[in-house]
Amino acid sequence: MIVARKFAWVVVLAVCAASLAANWLAPTGYAKQFRDAPSAPPSAQHLLGTDELGRDRFARVLYGTRISLLLAPAAALVSTLLAALVGGLAGYLGGIWLRLARGFTDLFLSLPWLFLLITVRALLPLNVSPLVSVVITFFILGLLGWAASARVLSTSADALRNSDFVLQARASGLHGPRLFLVHVLPNLKPVLYAQFWISIPVFILSEANLGILGLGVAEPLPSWGSLLRELEGLISFREEPWRLVPLLLLIVVLTSFQLLLSNEEVTA
Amino acid sequence: MLRNVLHRIARKLGSIIALVLLGGLLSATLVRLAPGFDADERELDPSLSAESVNALRHSRAAEHNILLYYTSYLRGAARGDLGVSHALGQPVLTLLRERWPVTARVVGMGLLLAWVLATTLAFSACLWRRPLYEVFGITLSGAFLCIPAAVLALLSVILNAPGYLAIALIVFPKIYRYARNLLAKAYALPHITAARARGLGEVRILAWHVLPITGPQMIALGGITVSIALGASIPVEALCGLPGIGQLAWQAALSRDLPLLVNLTVLVTLVTLLANSGADVMNYMLRPHEPQRGVDLA
Amino acid sequence: MIGRRGCLRLALFLCLAVLCVCGSTLAQSGGELRFCLHSEPKTFDPLLVDDDSSLAVRYLTAGVLIRSNRRTQALEPELAESWKVAKDGKQITFKLRHGITFSDGSPFSSEDVAFTIQRLMDPALHSPTGDAFRSGSGAVSTKIIAPDQISIVFPAAVAGLDRLFDQVAIMSAHSPKKTAAVLGPFMVAEYKAGSTVLLRRNPNYWKKDSQGHRLPYLDSIRLDIQPNRDVEMLRFKRGELDLINVMDSEYFDRLAASSPGLAHDAGASLDSEFMWFNQVANAPIPEYKRAWFRSTNFRRAISQAINRADMSRVVFNGHAQPAVGPVSPANKFWFNSKLQAEPYRPVSALKLLQSDGFHQQSGFLYDKSGNAVEFSIVTNAGNKPRERMAVMVQEDLADLGIKVNVVTLDFPSLIERISQKFNYEAAMLGFRNIDLDPNGQMNIWLSSAENHAWNPQQKSPETAWEAEIDRLMRAQASTADEKKRKESFDRVQEIVADQVPFIYLVNVNALSAVSNAVQGANPVILAPQTFWNAERLTLNATVQASR
Repeated sequence: MIVARKFAWVVVLAVCAASLAANWLAPTGYAKQFRDAPSAPPSAQHLLGTDELGRDRFARVLYGTRISLLLAPAAALVSTLLAALVGGLAGYLGGIWLRLARGFTDLFLSLPWLFLLITVRALLPLNVSPLVSVVITFFILGLLGWAASARVLSTSADALRNSDFVLQARASGLHGPRLFLVHVLPNLKPVLYAQFWISIPVFILSEANLGILGLGVAEPLPSWGSLLRELEGLISFREEPWRLVPLLLLIVVLTSFQLLLSNEEVTA
Repeated sequence: MLRNVLHRIARKLGSIIALVLLGGLLSATLVRLAPGFDADERELDPSLSAESVNALRHSRAAEHNILLYYTSYLRGAARGDLGVSHALGQPVLTLLRERWPVTARVVGMGLLLAWVLATTLAFSACLWRRPLYEVFGITLSGAFLCIPAAVLALLSVILNAPGYLAIALIVFPKIYRYARNLLAKAYALPHITAARARGLGEVRILAWHVLPITGPQMIALGGITVSIALGASIPVEALCGLPGIGQLAWQAALSRDLPLLVNLTVLVTLVTLLANSGADVMNYMLRPHEPQRGVDLA
Repeated sequence: MIGRRGCLRLALFLCLAVLCVCGSTLAQSGGELRFCLHSEPKTFDPLLVDDDSSLAVRYLTAGVLIRSNRRTQALEPELAESWKVAKDGKQITFKLRHGITFSDGSPFSSEDVAFTIQRLMDPALHSPTGDAFRSGSGAVSTKIIAPDQISIVFPAAVAGLDRLFDQVAIMSAHSPKKTAAVLGPFMVAEYKAGSTVLLRRNPNYWKKDSQGHRLPYLDSIRLDIQPNRDVEMLRFKRGELDLINVMDSEYFDRLAASSPGLAHDAGASLDSEFMWFNQVANAPIPEYKRAWFRSTNFRRAISQAINRADMSRVVFNGHAQPAVGPVSPANKFWFNSKLQAEPYRPVSALKLLQSDGFHQQSGFLYDKSGNAVEFSIVTNAGNKPRERMAVMVQEDLADLGIKVNVVTLDFPSLIERISQKFNYEAAMLGFRNIDLDPNGQMNIWLSSAENHAWNPQQKSPETAWEAEIDRLMRAQASTADEKKRKESFDRVQEIVADQVPFIYLVNVNALSAVSNAVQGANPVILAPQTFWNAERLTLNATVQASR
């Protein structure tokens, strides 16, 4: 496990450094179209080939890493905090609060939020900058992605409310927010971490799918999500295996993050 | 205790009905207020006269006032008439009746497979405590989390695999992540270490000491995964050509088909509520019943 | 007296005779043809058809009076043996064939034609097919001269009158089966929403081949509803499908590389991709932008700055041609051959902009008031070629210092913006043209019409050139003289090329795929490209046996 964690550190640092140094490492801009070489295979000039418009895929992966690596975890953090607030607090308070929170969460899980997203797009100006559009997209994803985890958290917090150590803490005079923050919330970490790690790739993929509503990263800005969407047209991976590189990169980066923090997930 | 359980179930059913009705109304409101509600792609047909285009634009006039529409919908639903789909021109009840078995089968099988896969991996990682299992589990679940659902669905078409396999692969990483963390936390507790030190077998530790701790959250997770699997059924059914409710939902969303969307939301809300409420009731029944020691902090 | 042997010989002779007679009238067994529809058919009522999938079903099941041969583009008699259009273009008289019955056995006569026309022209029905016949106010009247002769009179001349009857499916006036009783080669046998439409041979179809065999050859046609092109391609490669009626160029090339004989490029189709700017007076866009979009020089400059040759090559892999105007060169009669596609001329584009007061500074373009030139192009999400074209336009215009934002929207939101709320700046769409006659585009060119995309529903034409287009379109609609009509419409094309209300980008080629199992296929550019002669298609015996 120590070896695995060391490898994970190397990967994470390398990817972060590469994305920050994209301006120097990328052989060309992410938007430049080499129209004489669309869908080209890897070569000395284009390490990962080009996409359908002749844009260098390696450059797009580097620049796309910045967007996704920064914003997806931020959105995941928002959804995790909301889950902790709604689910954790409701479970801790119990009674009518728990019942209300569960009902609200169940309803939240069932509604077609697609239409809210369409409405948000309609309210935004058409000429909003790609960066603002993507920040708004990830923020909304964070606001919408908490409900499933909140449900599990409410059960966990409800169980903790009647546990021995919480009762003992109350007997010692601890109550209210301090009791929640010091004794209950840390014991919800396993669920909170799970929520966080699941949310990152889910949000990256959701951002790409939101392109269908006019949200998400606008052209020509790349993101991992838009790079992963290229896979949808791939009938045979044997024909163009280099198109799998963004997927492999995402898997490696995510796995590395999880290996680094796996201890934190289970200790109180 | 039985009286308590029955009382709880009755209260749950009442709140389910209220929430389902509210869900339908909120869904109708979201659809109605979203842009493009009155738009029809036939408006772009240059062969249509101005009168025909106007008729198209006003064809949904009855749905403009959401409260009136919803009231009339509920009256119809009470008589067994769920309205007619704009997109498909068929009674919604017929469509749902034809399609729910397909979705039930795909989602049911997908969930079963997902749970088997996820819990097997999670238990293996906790029982054998080898770094290799840990890395393998994290990498495998991470890999499937990163693959777009549409790609997984397409893969199942390429490989001639059943659609529920794609759903299982979409859902299992989420189950694994939660399950693995809950189990790992439980195994890290001092009394488990003590039990091991006393020579208790792993199976006994799992059955008597770990599962009672993690059980309530796993059961709650079970309820959630129904909702996740229903969501996953949309791209899977669309791509695998399965004529289920997921496929219907996507068509309905793109064409702003209000009658269909309201009914689908009601159905999904009902299933979600039943699944989660079932989990709550099961948790209540399995919880050891002693005189209440804690108090509600509300 | 006939002995036993004589009786046997007679019996044998009679059997053979019966077999010969039956054989000449029985259809050959041609198997089940399979292909996909890309969306759910919205209706099976042939008079209300307006989407591609419903059109496909109508084409295969409908009996029409006149058929436009998709290969030769000539008009051919179908249910009508002959017809005559009056000189004033207001009346058409049909002589119908004898002995024809609907699929349910009910006889076909001029009563059914009258019933169909009355229903078609009913204003309450809002039939898209009927709207194409509406040339003036007043009712359409039908006069049954004989059971096999009928005359239809319109309140005003209808341009290209006879050609329009290719879209009119004759319905039964008396059959209890209503729209299910058809005169076409196939009839709808089964429909599973979201899954399949199964068509079976119409046992009462009137047509026979040159050897006297009853048509169609095929036993049935199975239409699977599959919106995803990847899955469609996969199934075709596996042999589960026999045709792909319309293919994207990237799939075409993949198929051509692996199975060259199966992929067919019939050349430039009638379809075009284009973009336009919002010129609506009260649109919620900044006034300075409206001023840009209303400037002919600005529009011409944008048009010149777009590299159409690159677009054809990169987005469509060479399976498209730079578009000239509203009519594709494939439409040989109506295309104005004096016009050519706008070549890529960024230097000239910049000069045009400079003549309007635009100037470049630090790599960006500004108007005379100092506003940076930036606008958005909206288009429908999910159409990958169109999204790529928009990105190419973005890159081309960036060379001039113009910032373009590409916004893809779901279709209902897009339609609301471009035809109801007008809160957009530029839009990019495609035009699927099924009609050779440009009179079908009347509602695009008339300034008062709904589909006059850049500035619809004008009370009176806001520019002189739009007023001229109005005059020319009405002129071509009011005469049956094809030469005069062509002169008028040629002039419309010239004005459009000059004023650039639409920036035409490319005409996409008609790409399709036909499996080796299908016999008799001859893909063409007019829809339906691959199954226009479905009644004469058949599958080879091996495939038939395997199904």
